[in-house]
Amino acid sequence: MNDIANFKNTLTSSFTDFEKSLNGQSKQPLHSIRKEALANFEQAEFPNLKNEEWRYTNISPLLKHSFNPLPAVLPLMYDDIQQFLLGDTFNHVMVFVNGRFDENLSKINNLPDGLIVKSIATDVEEDDPNVLEHFGKYALSEGQIFTSLSAAYTFDGAFVHVQEGKIIEDPIHLLFIADARKDKALIQPRNLFIADKNSQASVLEHFVSLSEDIYFTNTITEIVVGENTYFDHVKLQEESKRAFHISRTVIDQELSSNFTSHAISLGGDICRNDINSKFNDKGGECTINGLFLLDDSQLCDTHTLIDHAQPHCNSHEHYKGILDDKSRGVFNGKVIVRPDAQKTNAFQENNNIILSNEALINTKPQLEIFADDVKCSHGATIGQLDKEAMFYLKTRGIGEDIARAMLLHAFASDVIKTIKLLPVRDYVEAILTKKFNQ
Amino acid sequence: MSSTEVSKLEELANQEYKYGFVTDIESDTFSKGLNEEVIRQLSKKKNEPKFMLEWRLKAYRHWLKMVEPHWSNVKYDPIDYNDISYYSAPKKKPLLNSLDEVDPELRATFDKLGISLEEQKLFSGVAVDAVFDSVSVATTFKEKLGELGIIFCSFSEAVHNHPELVKKYLGSVVPSTDNFFAALNSAVFSDGSFVYIPKGVRCPMELSTYFRINAANTGQFERTLIVADEGAYVSYLEGCTAPRRDENQLHAAVVELVALENAQIKYSTVQNWYAGNKEGLGGIYNFVTKRGACRGVNSKISWTQVETGSAITWKYPSCILQGDNSTGEFYSVALTNNYQQADTGTKMIHIGKNTKSTIISKGISAGKSQNSYRGLVKITKKAENARNFSQCDSLLIGDKCGAHTFPYLEINNPSAQVEHEATTSKIGEDQLFYLNQRGISTEDAIGLIVNGYCKEVFKELPMEFAVEAQKLLSVSLEGSVG
Repeated sequence: MNDIANFKNTLTSSFTDFEKSLNGQSKQPLHSIRKEALANFEQAEFPNLKNEEWRYTNISPLLKHSFNPLPAVLPLMYDDIQQFLLGDTFNHVMVFVNGRFDENLSKINNLPDGLIVKSIATDVEEDDPNVLEHFGKYALSEGQIFTSLSAAYTFDGAFVHVQEGKIIEDPIHLLFIADARKDKALIQPRNLFIADKNSQASVLEHFVSLSEDIYFTNTITEIVVGENTYFDHVKLQEESKRAFHISRTVIDQELSSNFTSHAISLGGDICRNDINSKFNDKGGECTINGLFLLDDSQLCDTHTLIDHAQPHCNSHEHYKGILDDKSRGVFNGKVIVRPDAQKTNAFQENNNIILSNEALINTKPQLEIFADDVKCSHGATIGQLDKEAMFYLKTRGIGEDIARAMLLHAFASDVIKTIKLLPVRDYVEAILTKKFNQ
Repeated sequence: MSSTEVSKLEELANQEYKYGFVTDIESDTFSKGLNEEVIRQLSKKKNEPKFMLEWRLKAYRHWLKMVEPHWSNVKYDPIDYNDISYYSAPKKKPLLNSLDEVDPELRATFDKLGISLEEQKLFSGVAVDAVFDSVSVATTFKEKLGELGIIFCSFSEAVHNHPELVKKYLGSVVPSTDNFFAALNSAVFSDGSFVYIPKGVRCPMELSTYFRINAANTGQFERTLIVADEGAYVSYLEGCTAPRRDENQLHAAVVELVALENAQIKYSTVQNWYAGNKEGLGGIYNFVTKRGACRGVNSKISWTQVETGSAITWKYPSCILQGDNSTGEFYSVALTNNYQQADTGTKMIHIGKNTKSTIISKGISAGKSQNSYRGLVKITKKAENARNFSQCDSLLIGDKCGAHTFPYLEINNPSAQVEHEATTSKIGEDQLFYLNQRGISTEDAIGLIVNGYCKEVFKELPMEFAVEAQKLLSVSLEGSVG
């Protein structure tokens, strides 16, 4: 109990310092959202295993550390980050160091017509009405300790706005670099993506670390997918293996919109991803895929919620996990079909492979259905590599190690091959190849 | 659908609960309320040995410290545990040897229920331990079973005649402190059935108990304990009907199964208690703890249930697979209509090596009902080569009902192979159309489709039950279409 009180006190008392650092910004309307969130943070319960949403994930190791919500930002050079740029293939790159936008390292000068990409901090200063209209409207902070913490310390993050009818060919690469060499940083990027009517865009959120240190990333992304719009979202998480990563992505889907998400989780000591998508109008299409690849004592918890609030929507979900050593995986996929959301199709699948005796997986595919004219299904499998496939490969003269690598690669590629951004797909493939051929 | 069809459906929907009648028999009922004195009185009344009283009191004291759980996906008004009378027995306790001596009125009740004892005795070869409001009234075929060394009697008799067995196995699967309702049951259970099958004996007939709740405001707390010794086999049937009532009645039973080496227990239930009226008034609260332990190598426990009644069904017949190569099975059909709520499923805990479990669950929701499947498959660290297959399908009839699935899979061993699949859908319009154009009415067509949908479960039921279950399903579904 004391740990929780300490955790809350430290973060609440730092708020005054944070306010001071805001300069003139604390007069803006956004600041009332921050203050409200702070109040929510103080009241919110710290999750324990009795909380159904946190049943399998013990987040209390977080309390052992004292994180600095205003972490030091050391200047970085292009050479420091070059390794994370995926071969320099992207034309639009935003770089955040410990949650703060670094203009010098970023590449957003050459934006096509109809695409606005900037730091949310600048956007707030410019009083963009879009921010006030959408900010914090989807990822509500009440009762959510981590969301309210993020909202209270909202300062920077990526703001992406695709204007009506614009098709943005080049993906936008958001690179979040954690640098905890100086102190245990609390890094809280807060992103807002808005895609107006009839537009199209793809965004890559990429989390990396400069060193294997302890820090805490707590990130929120809100995505508004407008009418007839196609939005592709990829989240690639390669945090330090000692870090905490908590992320929440909330998607609002309008009439006939199409949203796809891929979440690849590789790093972090404890990683928790929440992905919530809601159909606010008819004819929506939503694809949520993911892969988690864990070893050592990593824990990765994914909670997805697809809310079929309106009829005639389709959702597809496919998550795969590979667990080695003492790692733990948690998957909770929930699909709600509200009353009157007729003609809903919702499909969900979760497959896991356990490679060691100590690894553990808890999976809970969950359907809550209140309408009758629907087709919903979910499936979950847990097993090891197919012995027959293994045998087949061996009879062809392929050694055990290589055969194993091939099969694991094939298992993972079901998810990877649906990633539309080729450089990302190649990058993840390369990571897998390296990992399995060790 | 034409208006005549609609009116016909309405007529069917308005059908009264067929078994809704009250038998007027003088009952010996305790005044309402629960305290240690009530338990002492109850134990004294039943002439129980001291160890039973102590066991009850221990459970009661623990129960006092417990909080009623509310995590299930059902809603009900709070239960006042002091507004229940914990004992009700027909006053003329028949200590009879032949059926002729049974109170004629009671006999008529059984006839209405369609389980005329003579008939069963004569034709079906089923030994019936009929429980009429908590006290065993008549037990048949006891002698025949006795020759094989099989013990099949009421729980109170077992306490007197076989205290060593009761002492050894009572609470060994469901401890008296297990959960809120199990603790309550342990403290106040009135009677129930006890079965012991000795080593190597295959029980030659299906054992069956008919439960029946009668006197108003008496919650029924049954306790069943079935022990199959090494190499034994038994098939046990449990079926229930209850008269209609406007006040909710709590039923918190406990069923414990113990299968030793190479033993096999098959437990089948058809549950058709009063489900409340069309507006959701009344009906039974069925909060039951059922659990079986496969203690020995190669043992097997199989649960089959057809749940059509009760206002609220909340139970998870489970298997603890301790012995190597042991097998657990769960086959379930849960049908909810009107305002019924069901939160049911199973738990399969794999502990031994090469253990296997199968879960087939078919949920059907109609009217304004809510039907949930909640299940756990747990493979512990040492359970090498465990295998599980689960399939939970839901069928929705009408757009005001809900179907939910909450499967929990907890896997802690890499050699495990676990598969889970679930689907939710409605009855295909093309299927209905096809049957209609063959001259089958919509009502019949739905019955046909639903029965086909449940076939995988029905085929696990013993013959007599399978027939009854199919009938029950059609009766319960009547009027749900439109």
